[in-house]
Amino acid sequence: MIELSKINKIYNKGTVNETQLFKDFNFKVENQDFISVVGSNGSGKTTMLNMICGSVPIDSGLIKINGQSVTKMKEFQRYKKIGRVYQNPSMGTCDTMTILENMSLAENKGKMFGLSLGTNKKRINYYKELLAELNIGLEDKMNVKVGLLSGGQRQALALIMSVMTPIDILILDEHTAALDPKTAETIMMLTDKVVREKKLTTIMVTHNLMYAIKYGNRLVMMHEGNVIMDKKGEEKKNAKIDDLLDVFNTISLERGNSL
Amino acid sequence: MALVLSVFEQGFIFAILALGVYITYKILDFPDLTVDSSFPLGAVVCAVMIKAGINPWLSLPVAFIAGGLAGLVTGIIHVKFKVRDLLSGIITMTILYSINLHIANGQANVPLFSDNNIFTISPFKNVLEKVGLGDYNIVLIVLFLALICKIIMDLYLKTKSGFLLRAVGNNENVVTSLAKDKGNVKIVGLVIANALVALSGAIMCQHQRYFDISMGTGTIVIGLASVIIGINVFSRLSFLKATSTVVIGSIIYKACVATAISMGMKPIDMKLITGVLFLAILVISSFRNGGASND
Repeated sequence: MIELSKINKIYNKGTVNETQLFKDFNFKVENQDFISVVGSNGSGKTTMLNMICGSVPIDSGLIKINGQSVTKMKEFQRYKKIGRVYQNPSMGTCDTMTILENMSLAENKGKMFGLSLGTNKKRINYYKELLAELNIGLEDKMNVKVGLLSGGQRQALALIMSVMTPIDILILDEHTAALDPKTAETIMMLTDKVVREKKLTTIMVTHNLMYAIKYGNRLVMMHEGNVIMDKKGEEKKNAKIDDLLDVFNTISLERGNSL
Repeated sequence: MALVLSVFEQGFIFAILALGVYITYKILDFPDLTVDSSFPLGAVVCAVMIKAGINPWLSLPVAFIAGGLAGLVTGIIHVKFKVRDLLSGIITMTILYSINLHIANGQANVPLFSDNNIFTISPFKNVLEKVGLGDYNIVLIVLFLALICKIIMDLYLKTKSGFLLRAVGNNENVVTSLAKDKGNVKIVGLVIANALVALSGAIMCQHQRYFDISMGTGTIVIGLASVIIGINVFSRLSFLKATSTVVIGSIIYKACVATAISMGMKPIDMKLITGVLFLAILVISSFRNGGASND
């Protein structure tokens, strides 16, 4: 469970560009929620993810994960229980290292990084099995440097790597945005499968309204640091893209744009 | 022949330095100027120990540890005090200048001409002299030391800790995702790098048989030149490990300098040659890479 309470976040504090993105913001994520978050640029979606992970400091408020306050925890400490996939496929992998080396690193998360051998030959078959499920031929490229893979392949690997060790929370930050439609579809299906199998609490930020409707059990729309739509259960299942578009248009009109 | 031997001798000594610079420059992507003072730090530690009558071989691990401490200082300044990488190195470099003089008891140079060193009490020496190959004593010892450093480094880079080091220079983000403090990993890299640099300084000091406070000036340039030559010239030979190319790069670099000197340039032109040659290497390698990057 993730709880954000009374979060205040001000950008460019003390300058003419000072903007208060979040004002006494509250948000609660239940265990095993799979939330799709949509919203226009600057609505605070990614900032919310960054605040949960500790990549962006908050000005005041409280962040709790599984009942424990993480507000003062550093970013790297929070990642013990969090996996994250980024929009940019190169963010989640090391391109100068091979697939095998990357996966070995990922599998060792939470353990000591000492002077024992970095790769374990006995695990190679297990890694290959994980990759074979993707059906994109990565299992035959164990010793290929990740920098030589395509964006889609890298993103698939990044997703696999982020859930190789037991984690509670999966953070997906527009993780299909940089991919072609077909690859994006594959990655989304893989995501859904992983989230179900591992019973992860998931927050997925996306600009793809179709995915937001299709996946997850909860749909949240953000605007200027507020949650302006929160559909759960049946309401979420019956949501249509048009409903979302209507709200988007209303927001846009409020800002003085014409249709 | 003596010239060729001297190129190899110095090449192997500076190869150890270059291995250290390879860690900071290539793996960590950290322009570490600490090198210019951790090199003489190793030398002065070694000189003082030899003057105190301690076994010169013992001075090598001590110099290694001293260099590691210098790297630790730079790492802490950078990571914990959030000072920029270049400035952190400059700060340690400046501080160490005085520290080095203190270790030398205030003397700017310590001559070691009549003292024992690792070459005079080498395990190979007697054997080699018996078969009339006494001239190769020095080059064999430095080759041996450079190889040990290279092999240990190759092994280290294959460990989990080594993986983390490679990851932090390539993509810090991955290290954070692994719930590891990227700052600490960088500090480890700087410690190992400067330990190697100081070891190289300690061997150099025994080779030239004196310590001089200014012997560190321009060390970083020699290290960088060796790394860049090695990586750029041999990058297409995939059977050679990066660490091997760095060792070869160091020898090529020393050969270039020796050629310039044998063509009539004076020893006082040494740093001039060092700098110009480094510039030439940078320009050539940036053209080879299509001008897009300068490494």
